Amino acid sequence: MAVMNVNPTRMEMKRLQGRLKTATRGHKLLKDKTDEMIRRFIDLAEQNKRLREQTEQELCSALNAFAEARAVTDARVVDEAILMPSRKVELVCSKRKVMGIDVPSMQINDSGGELYPYSFLTVTAKLDDSLRGLNNVLLRLVELAETEKTCNMLAEEIEKNKRRVNALENIMIPQLTETIRYIKMKLDESERAATVRLMKVKDIIGK
Amino acid sequence: MPNKLAVIGDKDSVLAFKAVGVEVFDATTAEQAASQLKKLTAERYAVVFIAESLAEQIPELLAKAKLQAYPAVVPIPTGRQPSGFGMQGIKSDVEKAIGVDILFNKEDKQ
Repeated sequence: MAVMNVNPTRMEMKRLQGRLKTATRGHKLLKDKTDEMIRRFIDLAEQNKRLREQTEQELCSALNAFAEARAVTDARVVDEAILMPSRKVELVCSKRKVMGIDVPSMQINDSGGELYPYSFLTVTAKLDDSLRGLNNVLLRLVELAETEKTCNMLAEEIEKNKRRVNALENIMIPQLTETIRYIKMKLDESERAATVRLMKVKDIIGK
Repeated sequence: MPNKLAVIGDKDSVLAFKAVGVEVFDATTAEQAASQLKKLTAERYAVVFIAESLAEQIPELLAKAKLQAYPAVVPIPTGRQPSGFGMQGIKSDVEKAIGVDILFNKEDKQ
């Protein structure tokens, strides 16, 4: 590792030793943080996968039922039936901190209202099935969105953190250690030179 | 705080969401989807569901959306079968964070 370009003085060495101490401590802390983040991430990712498997199936069947409804009845009738929905879902959102990152936290707020805002006379029962299924899966979809977002952000953060740990471990710390060693050797060398010079002087005086 | 839900997809497949109170935005091409998504990102939307087939075509926008807390952009299947694009997203997250994909490999061995 390359030695830094510094003056080999005692003061410089003191300064670098301080930096090395901080770097080592920071490295340990960051490494612990990565470990904990990965532990949480694995839990979340498993949950994410489970949720996605469930919702994807349910959602597909609900949407298929809807497509069938549109095929069985006149598509325009179906479109008209749901043109003015009486329901409106809103989310109550806030931010939550997971390992120092802001992740979303959402809760669905159902305004109530009739799920089937149409006359049953003109529309096929398939549409009812579809809407019921969709309404049930919506709650889970929001949960999925929350989990997936948390996973995304955590993964990003873990990657960033890893890069920091690696930079400290493989560049910063070796560089500092090497430089401190270099300064120490230089200082020792000049000390020896001074001693030898003194001995020589004493010799010359003694003669 | 954002509080709205939206879905982007071709009208035929995602119209059903309208009935349960989610706002539906019609898009059939990648360009339309991209412009809708950009518009929704700027507004107060917390969750944007996007059809898998469209999401596949705009990976760079999805990647950008991943960095902020809101909105959460979630690909959803709209065809007869899930295409596996959503799972792919989880997989790439795991790979990014841990280096190897431990969630899905485990299943293969079983």
